[in-house]
Amino acid sequence: MTALRALAVTALLVVALTLQLGVFPALSIAGVVPDVALIVVIALALARGPELATLVGFAAGLTLDLAPPADHTVGRWALALVVVGYLAGLVRRDARSSAFAAVLVVAAGSFVGTSVFALSGLVLGEPGVSVSRVLQVIPVAVGYDVILTPFVVPVVLLLMRRLEPERRTELVMAAR
Amino acid sequence: MRRNRRRNADTANRRAARRSRSVPLLLLLASLTLITLDARPSGDSPVEPLRSFAGTVFGPLETGAAALTRPFIAVSDYVADVGELRASNERLAAQNARLRSRLQTSEADRSDARHLDRMLGVSERRGFELLPARVVSIGSAQTFSKTVTIDAGRRDGVVPDLTVLSADGLVGRVIASTRSNATVLLIVDPSSVVGGRLGSTMELGFVRGQDDIGDDGRLELELVDDVATPRPGDTVVTWGSRRQAPYVAGVLIGTVTEVHSSPRELSSTAVVAPVVDFSSLDLVGVVVAAPERDPRARLSASSGAGPS
Repeated sequence: MTALRALAVTALLVVALTLQLGVFPALSIAGVVPDVALIVVIALALARGPELATLVGFAAGLTLDLAPPADHTVGRWALALVVVGYLAGLVRRDARSSAFAAVLVVAAGSFVGTSVFALSGLVLGEPGVSVSRVLQVIPVAVGYDVILTPFVVPVVLLLMRRLEPERRTELVMAAR
Repeated sequence: MRRNRRRNADTANRRAARRSRSVPLLLLLASLTLITLDARPSGDSPVEPLRSFAGTVFGPLETGAAALTRPFIAVSDYVADVGELRASNERLAAQNARLRSRLQTSEADRSDARHLDRMLGVSERRGFELLPARVVSIGSAQTFSKTVTIDAGRRDGVVPDLTVLSADGLVGRVIASTRSNATVLLIVDPSSVVGGRLGSTMELGFVRGQDDIGDDGRLELELVDDVATPRPGDTVVTWGSRRQAPYVAGVLIGTVTEVHSSPRELSSTAVVAPVVDFSSLDLVGVVVAAPERDPRARLSASSGAGPS
């Protein structure tokens, strides 16, 4: 990865995290804040595959675990976003066929991410995590993330295309 | 030749596939390691320096983003709550928003002044020194914990275990602070326990945060004395500890709305509605200096006459 690309991805991530932590809490629906970072991770997975997506997912998750007002065990969001990045990277070839497919991947990723985070909380016995609450929160989170998808995913895809046309992977695919 | 090329492509593919699997696997293991390191029951976590570093970087970013967007968000408060939106008339909302945006700045300033005035009243009455601060970030429902970030930190004298109030009543306590920001655990968080006292009978109890989604957070009061039963409408105030940490004494927590007592349980529990509206927290006050002694008035023959 070139330095420019690394810088751009880092900047993208910081903007997404600032939005998620500083702006969207004021626009929450029933307390649920859209997972901007998760959508960015999925968009990167669609653009570049699981390797970059899991790296960025780990960094984004770790920040969500550490930055205020987080108070839960560190590593839970990191784990969730690594899983989401990997799974989204696996299905990227099918997901890039249409916009609808991309929305579907975000919905699935949001479901998986929120569930993995909640499950890790249940396993660790963290206060406040109960099955009934998880079931209340997940549909709202998925819905809000889907609403935000058309504003986030195209921006990330465009940025990645501008930065570097996808040579390596296309070559490998063509050689098949 | 062609076969050779295909074989090359195959190996490249396989290598890429292996690489794309090993990175996620490594990161997965790293996450699990972090969780194990941080989840140890001992209080001292090795990731604490990382936490304060992230707070130092992202705290000011949150503060800035919240400050930049506050005027717009105050206008779109109508749009924010989907349930309300459905119920309200769209035309009216649009009209209101238009009028409101015109009044916006002055109104926000006035509301701030009103809040500060009321907090000043609280501090005067009780002898606290309050540090006003703004809520800049609220923990999302997906994280299942009720915490907020405020824009005051160590450089303003905010350290863990200080009480946080609003003009209405008790908000929570500080659990972590960086140079410029602090994290507050709200009393509605399920891990929060506050020593509470019934206003009418002075009975002692514990107020626990309830696992409850939605805008109206609820609390549960469990009285120590099993004979005492709270009545709906009773007020609950903090009981406070001697060194005034983590909660100062005599701050209003909420009012009793329901009472459950079953003969099987040793003590009766009551549902308490907090006086603070946790869904619209903005200006809060951190008690940076509490009075040395209990803020109760002392009775003496001369004090009845008053200073005049």
